[in-house]
Formats: sequence, structure tokens, C-alpha cells
Amino acid sequence: MPATDIALPPAEYPARDGDEMIQPDGALQPAWTPVARWLTENDPSVRTSVETQIRRMLRENGVTYSVYGETTDEPRPWQLDALPWVLGPEDWKTIEAGLIQRAELLDEILTDLYGDRLLVRDGWIPAKLVGAHSGYFSCCRGLKSPTPRQLILAAMDLARGPDGRMWVVNDRTQAPSGSGYVVENRVVMTRTLPRLFHHSGVRRIASFFRTLRETLESFAPADGKGTPRIVILTPGPQNETYYEHAFLASYLGYTLVQGDDLTVRDGHVWLASLGGLEKVDVIIRRVDASFCDPLELREDSQLGVPGLLEAIRLGHVLVVNHPGSGVLENPGLMAFLPGLARHLHGQDLILPSAATWWCGEKSALEKVLSNLDRFVIKSIERAPTFGTVFGSELTKAQRTALKERILAFPEGYVGQEQVTYSTVPCLHEGQIEPRRGVMRGFVTATAQGGYAVMPGGLTRTSASPEAVVVSSQLGGASKDTWIIAPDPEPFVSLYENGADLPPELDARSVPSRAGENLYWTGRYAERSEGTARLLRRTLLALIDGFGEDSSSATRHREILMQGLTGVTNAAPIDPLKDSAAVPDEDEVLSLLCDPARVGSLPHVLRSFRHATFAVRDLWSPDSWRVIDTILSEWAEKPPSPRQRLDNFSEPLDRLIIDLTALLGLNLESMTRDAGWRLLDSGRRIERAHFLIGVLRHFLLTPRPTYEERLVMESVLAANDSLVTYRKRYRTHPRLDLVLELLLLEPNNARSLLYQVNRLSANITALPRQPNAAKLTPERKLLIEIDSRLRLVEIDRLVESRDSTRRRLEIFLDHMSRSLTHLSDVLTLTYFRHAERTRLLRG
Amino acid sequence: MVYRIRHRTTYLYEDPANLCHNLARLRPLDLPTQQCLSFRLKVSPQPDISSSHLDGFGNHVDYFAIQHPHSELTIEAESRVEMRPQAQLLLEASCPWNEVSARIETPGDPETAMARESTLPSRMIPRLPRLTELTAKDFPQGRPLVEAVSALNERIFTEFEFKPGFTNVATPVSEVFKTRAGVCQDFAHLMIAALRNLGIPARYVSGYLETLPPPGKPKLIGADASHAWVSVFVPDHGWIEFDPTNNLRPGQRHIVVAYGSDYADVSPIRGVTMGGSDHRLRVAVDVNPEPSPRPLPR
Repeated sequence: MPATDIALPPAEYPARDGDEMIQPDGALQPAWTPVARWLTENDPSVRTSVETQIRRMLRENGVTYSVYGETTDEPRPWQLDALPWVLGPEDWKTIEAGLIQRAELLDEILTDLYGDRLLVRDGWIPAKLVGAHSGYFSCCRGLKSPTPRQLILAAMDLARGPDGRMWVVNDRTQAPSGSGYVVENRVVMTRTLPRLFHHSGVRRIASFFRTLRETLESFAPADGKGTPRIVILTPGPQNETYYEHAFLASYLGYTLVQGDDLTVRDGHVWLASLGGLEKVDVIIRRVDASFCDPLELREDSQLGVPGLLEAIRLGHVLVVNHPGSGVLENPGLMAFLPGLARHLHGQDLILPSAATWWCGEKSALEKVLSNLDRFVIKSIERAPTFGTVFGSELTKAQRTALKERILAFPEGYVGQEQVTYSTVPCLHEGQIEPRRGVMRGFVTATAQGGYAVMPGGLTRTSASPEAVVVSSQLGGASKDTWIIAPDPEPFVSLYENGADLPPELDARSVPSRAGENLYWTGRYAERSEGTARLLRRTLLALIDGFGEDSSSATRHREILMQGLTGVTNAAPIDPLKDSAAVPDEDEVLSLLCDPARVGSLPHVLRSFRHATFAVRDLWSPDSWRVIDTILSEWAEKPPSPRQRLDNFSEPLDRLIIDLTALLGLNLESMTRDAGWRLLDSGRRIERAHFLIGVLRHFLLTPRPTYEERLVMESVLAANDSLVTYRKRYRTHPRLDLVLELLLLEPNNARSLLYQVNRLSANITALPRQPNAAKLTPERKLLIEIDSRLRLVEIDRLVESRDSTRRRLEIFLDHMSRSLTHLSDVLTLTYFRHAERTRLLRG
Repeated sequence: MVYRIRHRTTYLYEDPANLCHNLARLRPLDLPTQQCLSFRLKVSPQPDISSSHLDGFGNHVDYFAIQHPHSELTIEAESRVEMRPQAQLLLEASCPWNEVSARIETPGDPETAMARESTLPSRMIPRLPRLTELTAKDFPQGRPLVEAVSALNERIFTEFEFKPGFTNVATPVSEVFKTRAGVCQDFAHLMIAALRNLGIPARYVSGYLETLPPPGKPKLIGADASHAWVSVFVPDHGWIEFDPTNNLRPGQRHIVVAYGSDYADVSPIRGVTMGGSDHRLRVAVDVNPEPSPRPLPR
């Protein structure tokens, strides 16, 4: 924006004192000029449509954040406000310097606390302040990272105080979260408001991740053997920021792992991958420190890696952050930081904090207790059970109770002066509202021993214009944070530009867990598709009927409904009911709607969901959009059974198309690595099983000609082969021809032979399949299945005696058993054998 | 006086374990009152990797891992420790117990810094305000610290019953206080909790005690056990030890292996196995004085 271009603040904005956009004299903060102009030029209806667009994009990208204590297992969609928090270049210069100063200070404290402990000995930091905090682990003493800085990643929550300076509200040093959401917010903002973003001259954030990557790669203990292997250790899909772990893994190109994907042997950390054990050089830790090694830390942890601390001690792995770094999050430390800054650096803190008293000191305790009504009381822990208590809001009885609580363990609490922080304009249904804002700034250590600050951050706002506390846990939206560049910035890539880097040596081999989840994604996707096709066929039969001959049509409907229960292997609704009785429409509705019933469509899709979430980092945005569409309609809120059956045909059509589209995307845009081979193998095995199930339940009993034709048509339709059949044979369904097409036609993508051929191709291409003459059990099995199938004589299969087709039954059973066996053998060879850990004491 | 100590631990798994990591805190410390003359750790099967380090309390920690299937694990520690006589601090020669909190606040020496931390609750010793009942009588204002702690030591010895098998390693202190019975670990935890309540720094000591057979009977092999007692910080004098299980002040028969805030910091062996199944544990400890060198024949 040219400086001469004067914009006025939007008149409708009910800003109060201390607002980010409006100066005390009512003038506009210059950095906000483009945003203010955008607000003035666009009426509430346009703004609302931008809000809607943002929500839709976040939903489609599957951005989520879960909240502790919420009963539902559905992650909550991430919320992003349409207006950024804008910070001008001068403002930012101070913030940047302040964050670097604070990171340096915290790093020195961390190094001392786990090293010589001079600061404790000389009384700069009370020993009890350290010992009382759950982030301090005596077993981490002496653990050192090979990096010049022990604190590699840090985040600090900032809010603007009444003096106009930015104040530090929290330090996050354990496993700081949020940087992934910054990237996601930025992506959405640049797509929804590209012109505004462009005109504002916003600084890019990718440089931050590039610095992090350089630091990690420079200090990875990789004994000089090329690109180090870096993994992100996540507690798993149940964690509230799992989305971010998966996002960062795919954004940075690192492998997403859980504790039991890793094992310590010979003092090194290894990843169990489809190709075998692979050495890990760097772990970006998103598992809480206390859970990361049951040998030395919390022994009941199932999320950690036994022996991890020893591997760090031996210098064989770099863990970011150091497991003991959480001790710096203690808000009681804020009471001592100003003194430490002067003692260690001879400087004052550039970014102040609210005056803090740590109750572990006698005089501070007295001060806090006698000022309870005007102080904010916090636990030194990040305990969601205590949170932040405003003394002024308490009744007399509550105040007494709080006093007792503090006196029982004074070391566990701090009192802080209550500070009113500034407000930021937010959009809410087109209207501009002021909300309290807190911005999380991110700092990473550089390879040279300094610190770099992300030119951006994660802003969060209070849940309502009145609310004072800002927390993602308590609701409230996020914002993108725009740092205005003094001069136009060149584009920054995550990867080093110019330099000719050697290409990544491997298409990073896939962790066993990921392979297993891909395999099951394939199986559940195919099982859902088969179930959906069969349900759709049954619905059609129930709604229209197919034949003019009414008794055959009735019989056909009955056969379909019985077969449906049989093929889906669904548990009976009422076990006491005679299973031979013909199931009624309730049965169909239950299979369509009841997620609690094993074998129902929503039940299978929930399993599908678990498998896809567990490998969230591996899906392309397009694939995820398809998965999300499927899940939101069927798994997250299953359809209500209180509707007419014909209401279901359209959703079923959509589901089948989406599942097919997913298969298409998987075929067209995934690398043919071992993970893809397993995904496709899962689909093939399941498709074969489904086909065998359908043939078994519908075609074993010979029936009157007309009835049998109807049944065969349904069999062909359920296997998406009806059109092919008609084109190819131009005749009524005939059993021998139907079997030929479904079992032996190598060009029919639905035939058994086609699945077996695909399985052979997939399995031969998997790692650990030696080309030698010696065959692996899975290859042997496939050869056996393949020969038995090719040698089968259709003429004999169709023979019947005593009103059953015995040969067909034996053949199908044999095929089914061999395929089950194949699945078992694959599991044994490639997937994790989750071993329970047990503790030894003595 | 030189002791030979043999501490043998055997785990028998029902099914073989594929991998196990272990930390052993079995090597006796070098202190002004004792010196570890030799130490040997024998593990069977042979570990695939081993290393050692000092923990945050200055204890020796041996790490080892067995990386192949095994259904039995034996850890045998053999040490020779020379015990030196120590002067017993007179009961009245310590500051009034109620001045301790203020005395330890003075910054400066690392021992006092660690002492300050030893007044905090720890994993196995949470804060238990009820325990003031236990100290009410023995801690009148102004009583010298060592005298008061000695009285508490005696009270635990007389009012609590030593009952092996009644508790296990996870029994909470509150439970021991209620049922008034337990073993050395429980009494140590209880006494530490009571002292920390009063702002007096107290630590857990893991070690060995030479037991003497009943008069006229031979000593049984493997009948000894690891023992636990308490270390209390006495301003101007440093850490002084008390054994509430035996109502005495440890002397030359108490061999120190490790200090910690509670048992969880110093358990002699802590391990994690992968695979395998439930296991049985056998422990045998022998503490024997070496015969003193025979006087040379005249």
C-alpha cells in the first residue's frame, strides 16, 4: 500500500480500549490498512460467504483438534477466523528479539538444571520450584543433545499488555504444538483471500521449517551415511493434535510413527518397516516426556520406547525436544526470569510477563493469600483439572477452599497480577467483533547455535467478546498471523533452492504399522463397496421388484435378504429368533444404519475410518477429500433408520461412486511402493472373499429357471458384472457362463482370477521376497490358489445332486480358506506383532 | 571390616521374551563411611549390550539388554565393601528441628540445594497431612532435630509390626499408616513422609544389612535381603541415617547402595521385557564379613 493511501477504520467496529486495529486516538494502525479497506469494501453478506468458504476448506482438508474430556470420539473441526492478526515490521522486530532472548535464556537454564545445577546451588532458581514440577526428571540429568542448544523447539504465547508491549503468557517447551496449524491456516487464507494477502505484503513462514530441517540434519548422529532418517513420534489418532502430527509428517517428508513402531537394540533406535528394521537418527517427540520410556520414566506407558533414554545417553539418537525440557513450562519460573536475565546476560527481558509470585516462597505465599481477590491463581502444571482461577470471581467459601488447597501444597501454585490484554477484530457471521487474542510464536535453534523465529504464529481468540481467557480447550477460533514485510520478500521454499541436492535415497520405506493399516484400508473399502452393492440390489428388489411373475419376485426378494445377512456375516439382530425365518425390512434397515451391529455398513465404515486415520499422513489431499465425504455421511453420523427405504438408494449410489473414486485415485496417484502393494492386496483379497461369499450364498442351491435367472442377475449386479455379461454373452444368465465370467475371465476386473493375478504381482514386488528358487510361504500359497483356479472345470462345478451343488461348494470353501491363510501369512511376515511390555522389578 | 555381598536375582518367564532392557542399581557407593573395593555384575544369558552411568543422585547404574529369546534371566552382583567406623552424632548436638526449614534456604552449597528438594513429595511418597498424628508427640518446638528424629525412629519400630508379605512394592504409605504393618521399605517411606511434612529433608536409602543368626545357630545361605532405611539432613552435619525397622542408627553393618527420593528411584533392578509372559522372581542375598587377616604367627 502506498503511504499516501489513507484508509479509515470501519465505523461499525465496536472496538474498546486496547485494540490491535484501532489506535488509542481512534486512528487506524497502519499495518491494518489493507484489512480495514477490505472490511469497508465488503458488506456482511460477502464476509459471511468468506467465512463459509473457510469452514468448507478446513472441513475438506480434514483439519481437526480434539478436546480433553469430550465424550464423542469425533475430532472437532479446526476453526479459523477470516481476519488475520496483523503485526507491523517495527512491532515484529521487538517481538523477534524478545523471543530469541527468551529462548537463549531458557536454553541456558535447561542446560544448567540437567547439568551442573549452579543456578540452583546459588539460589537463582529455588530447588523446590524445579523438583515440584512434573516436567523435571532426575533420570534425565546428564542427558545431552549433540546440538549447541539443548532447547531446540520452543513456543511462547504472547498477548499485548496495557503498556502496548507484547507480554509472555506461557512458555511451551515440552513438545510445542501448533506450528502445523499455522501452515494449514496460511494455506486456507491465501486461497480464500488471495488479493488481500498479496496486497498486505505478508512474510512467508516456510523459512522456519527450513531452519529446523537444517538443524536436525546437521546434528543427526547419522555416522555420515547420507540423509538421516527423521521420524515424528505421535501418541496416535486419539491425541488431540494428531491431525497436526500427520500434517507435519507429510509436509516435512518425515515418517509418522508410534511408540511400538520403534525398538531399541544395540543402543540404537530402529523402525520396524515393511523391509525390516531401519535405524532412526532423529525423533521429533510429540509424546509427553513422562510417557516416552517405560524403562526409566512412567512404567505404565504404552506409548513409549523402552530404552530410549539410554539411546540418547549413548549419543545414538537426537530427540527433539530433550525429554526433560518440560520443566521450563512451570509458570513459577516467570517470577525468577527477570533476575536470571540480569544475572546471565546482564539484560532486562525484552518481553515482560505479568508480575508472578511462586507460592513455594514464604513471602510470596503470604502476598498471594492476602491478595486472592485480585490475583489470578494458576497451577504450576498444565492441568486441565485446575486451569486458571480468577480470585475476583470467587465466592467467600470458594476462596477459603482455594486457600486451603494452596496451603496443602504451596509449591504447586503461582499467583499472577490480573492483566487485561488487547482485543483483535474477528468476524462472526459477517459482523466485526473484538475478542481477546493470544499469539503463539515459534522458535527453533539454528545449526549455528543461534535461534530463529517463525515470521508468523498461531493466534487464538476467546470464545466470546466478553470472555477473558483464551484457550483452544475452551473453544474460540484461531487466526492466521500476518507479519508485514518491510520490503517485498522473495519466495521461500521448504527445500534449499538452487543447490543440486542428491535425491532422497529411498522412497522412504513404509513402517509396518502403516503397511498394516493400508492393507486394512483396502479390505474395509472393498468390504464396504461389496456390502453397499448388495444392499442396493436388495433395496431395488424391495422397492420395484424385477419380475412380472410375482411369486418368483417374492422368492427372489427373500433369497436376497437372506443372502445379505449371510454374505455380510452380520450378527443376528435377535439371537433367539429362528435364523431360518425370512428377514424382514428391519433387517435391511439395521444393516444400513446400525453402527453397533457387526457387519453393518456403518460398522464396516467405522473400521475403515480407524484404518485411514492411522495413516492420515499418507493420503493425498484429493484422496482425503473423498475419504472425508464417505465418513461424514456414513461413519460419523450414520443415517437414521426412521426413513423410507427408497431414501437410501441415492446415498448408496454416492457411496459406491466415492469408494470407486478412491480406488481410482489410489491407482492413479499413489507410488507403487510397498504400502500401495499392501493396500491393493487388501482390496484384492477382500474382493475375492466377497465374490466367493456371494456365489456361496446364492448359487449353491438349484432353483426353478426363472427364479434362478433373477438370482444370477443379482449376483452379477452385486459384482458389477451385469453389463459385461450382457455385452459378452447377449443371453439370459446361464450358470456356466456366469461362473466363467466371475471366476476365470482374466480381463474382468471383478473375476477371481483377476484378483489372484493382481495379488501375485503385488506380493512379488514386496520387500523381503527373494528372487531365488526358494519360495516364501505367501508365494507358495498363491501358486496353489492360482493352479487350482485355472484347472477348475466349470462343467463339473455346475452339476447338482440332492438339490445342492456340492462340487461348487467344496471349490469355493477351499478358495476361501486359502485366501484367509494368505492374509494370515502376510500379517505374520509384514505387520507388527504388538508385543506386550512387562515390567521386571527386584 | 570388609563385607562380601552376593545379590542374585532370577526371573523365570513362562514363555520366552524376545528382548529385555534392564537398569541395575546394585553397585555399593563410595562414601566417607564405606568404600567399594570390587564389584562384578554377572548376567546370564550374556547381554548383547551393556553400559553404565551415574544417575541424578550419584548412584551407579548398569544398563544391559538381551536381544534374543530367553526364558530365564539371572543377575548376580558380587561386591566387596570396606566399612569404616564413623563417629555417632550426639543426640543434642543438632539445631532445633523447627529451625531446619529456614536453615536450608541459605543458598551456596550443593548439598543444601539437594536437601531443599528432599522436602517435596515424590512419586511413592505423596503429601499426607494426616501423618502429623505420628509426629505430634516427638516434635515439640525447640527439640534438637536428631533427638526428635530418633524418637520417631523408635515410635515406628514399636508401634508398627514387621510383617513380611503383608505389603508389596506398590503399597501406598497411607495404607501402611492405617494397617500399622509392613516391611523395611514401608517404614522408610512412612518415616520420610512424616519428616517431609514438617519441612525436614529426608531421603530413601537402599542397601544391605548383615543379619546375625540366632545364638548357636549357623547362618543360612541366601537368607539376607536388601534393606532400606532413611537419611535425614541435619544442618551443619549433613545427612544422618536412621533405620526405623530396627530402631537404630546405621553403623558398620549397613552398606549403602543408592540414595533416592523413594523406592522408585533406586529399585535394585528395573526392567522391561517385550514378549514373554508372566514371570516368577527369586532373590537371594548373602552378606558376610570377610575373616579379618589372621595375626602373623610369632
